Amino acid sequence: MIDLSNVSKTFTLHNQGSAVIEVLHDVCLRVEPGECVALTGASGAGKSTLMRMIYGNYMAQSGSIVVGGVDLVQAEPREVIRIRREVLGYVSQFLRVVPRVSTLDVVAEPLRMLGQPSRAARARAQELLTGLNIPEPLWALSPTTFSGGEQQRVNIARGFAHPYPAMLLDEPTASLDAANREVVLSLIEQAKARGAAIIGIFHDEAARARVCDRELDVSRFTPARAA
Amino acid sequence: MTPLLSVQGVTKRYGAHIGCADVSFDLYPGEVMGIVGESGSGKSTLLNCLAGHLAPDAGAVVFDTRAPSSHDGNTQQDRGPRDTVTMSEPERRMLSRTDWAFVHQHARDGLRMGVSAGGNVGERLMAVGARNYGDIREKAVDWLGRVEIDTDRIDDRPTTFSGGMQQRLQIARNLVTGPRLVFMDEPTGGLDVSVQARLLDLLRGLVRDMGLSAIIVTHDLAVVRLLADRLMVMKSGHVVESGLTDRVLDDPQHAYTQLLVSSVLQV
Amino acid sequence: MTEYNFAYLDEQTKRMIRRAILKGLAIPGYQVPFASREMPMPYGWGTGGVQVSAAVLTPEDRFKVIDQGADDTTNAVSIRGFFERTAGVATTTHTEEATVIQTRHRIPEVPLREGQILVYQVPIPEPLRFLEPRESETRKMHSLEEYGLMHVKLYEDISRHGHIATSYAYPVRVEARYVMDPSPIPKFDNPKLGDCAAIQLFGAGREQRIYALPPYTQVVSLDFEDHPFDPSKADHPCGLCGATNSYLDEVIVDDAGGRMFVCSDTDYCEARQAQGHRGKDAA
Repeated sequence: MIDLSNVSKTFTLHNQGSAVIEVLHDVCLRVEPGECVALTGASGAGKSTLMRMIYGNYMAQSGSIVVGGVDLVQAEPREVIRIRREVLGYVSQFLRVVPRVSTLDVVAEPLRMLGQPSRAARARAQELLTGLNIPEPLWALSPTTFSGGEQQRVNIARGFAHPYPAMLLDEPTASLDAANREVVLSLIEQAKARGAAIIGIFHDEAARARVCDRELDVSRFTPARAA
Repeated sequence: MTPLLSVQGVTKRYGAHIGCADVSFDLYPGEVMGIVGESGSGKSTLLNCLAGHLAPDAGAVVFDTRAPSSHDGNTQQDRGPRDTVTMSEPERRMLSRTDWAFVHQHARDGLRMGVSAGGNVGERLMAVGARNYGDIREKAVDWLGRVEIDTDRIDDRPTTFSGGMQQRLQIARNLVTGPRLVFMDEPTGGLDVSVQARLLDLLRGLVRDMGLSAIIVTHDLAVVRLLADRLMVMKSGHVVESGLTDRVLDDPQHAYTQLLVSSVLQV
Repeated sequence: MTEYNFAYLDEQTKRMIRRAILKGLAIPGYQVPFASREMPMPYGWGTGGVQVSAAVLTPEDRFKVIDQGADDTTNAVSIRGFFERTAGVATTTHTEEATVIQTRHRIPEVPLREGQILVYQVPIPEPLRFLEPRESETRKMHSLEEYGLMHVKLYEDISRHGHIATSYAYPVRVEARYVMDPSPIPKFDNPKLGDCAAIQLFGAGREQRIYALPPYTQVVSLDFEDHPFDPSKADHPCGLCGATNSYLDEVIVDDAGGRMFVCSDTDYCEARQAQGHRGKDAA
């Protein structure tokens, strides 16, 4: 479902003396449906960078990243957008939304983008928000004013609204209390059960051990840096 | 899939000065593209060349006239992609009243300030042959509602409206004939931040629900991040970088884009 | 008489104006630019109409001038006097006798016949100017038949007044092509513009435009399906001649609010009275 081969990433800082920083070299990774792979490695090893490349957010300098049959390194923007809409979900650590849009609509939006009628999309959003213990009075408000933990749960609800065949999870259980952590982990288990291929970053080791089938140490692909 | 708009080598010079040079891209149905760059980068020149307001010195702007547009009484035949640069002026002006829309930065440039809100919305309908007052009025009421203008204001002139309301009225006036391609020139420029947010939300909803394609020129990177699927960065009349919006903004490759992105104040 | 060329204007100027008139007749409703001359009267007093009349008058013509339907107002009397002096043509107040009729703001009640020419004085020839002040743009709109704007004006009328309140200078479409301002005639007169046996010429002096309707031209007043054109007038008979189908002026007759309605076409009214018709206010 997700297939990376020989993926490399460098950053060229044109405005800082054209410094070239090689971040990842020759990454190969294959994730099958129903499988969950954890990215590990020290902070700065390139876990988030790799995840962003898989999402098409960062450009790979070489190699191929095939998701749902499309190589995102070569694909046109509209192809990447279609894959993101239909195939590849992403729960980031940050919620980025249009101000003024209600929480309910924020969560329902991925389904609306897929052409689902407003009522059905909102019904699914309500179900997720209820499960993640977001109090109903908040649903009509914009999540921009919510606490960090609440925003994170809204983000998760949004990420799980559509049953994506492939998912990227960046610290999905961070800043959650035990009860909500449990809800998120069971959402991940349900996604695996329906056959989703998942790549995640979990600092929460117990969570990682519970949902992940194997680990990939990203520092293996980090080129030795000149000091 | 046929692109809705295929831009091929569009160049516009002002004497020795380059307006825009050799710009090419394809825009597909439902796509929203942002064009960013600083003042004088050629983005507005390019937009005006695409929308038929300026005649480019070279290049083609091919629009797919195939799909029938949604307004009543349109007799457009199955004509396929046509170069709008070389088509006759009446045809181009017909396009700009039916399949195309243009949202100006300053609402006063896109509205008739001496005409009521209802008349402003109804003009495009009447321009394509609507001759039933009751129907025109009904559509105007519907559209004022969709852009969140109190329908009690239908007979008021836009001079009595706030800046945000004027801009929303301009959008209603443009979208009433169900265009397929919308050109926007700094649509949120000059508005208060809170008013901008409301407008952006409205535009996003309309683009999604109507399946519009749009080309948005702006210098505001936040606007393109929210509205545009893809981005083109211009400098001195040339396209220096293009791609998926968040890719260009989060992992800019060209020196100028890196400068542009790093110059934005974080809040 | 000898100090003026026939009908005041020199022959070259008349040729220029006649060319504009012929072009106008060839393209009914189209505004033909012409090099308007200074006339010995102020703009707004009918300089356009006078130049057109001067260009079409021949020594054999019989000339009539009406202002708001009347032959005896200052403007009508002075223009009639002008051509009596400069062209020596015969004049008349009778519509049937006249071969050239210059008019401001009315069409005579009596149907015109072949061989007659009706010359309108036009203040603003551009019907689209109300909404689009740029002449470059209105010319383009005419050339491309983009007339949606004209209906916006009527829409505004209905939205503000509940009906089309435009009661004079009511826009018309000529032969399904050009939208034309019929000059500030009451909309009551609009139906007489179409299928008219006489030649109708329109002259705008200050604006330097001439346009024309050849005989039997199709002229349609613009409207909406659900607000059709209505050539209404005051709902009274004429107080002097009793006519029920003529356009009326309201006249205040005393300081106590007394008023009467009389035909604005004085010749028509007098002719009816001579035939023995009497209204309720007739002496």
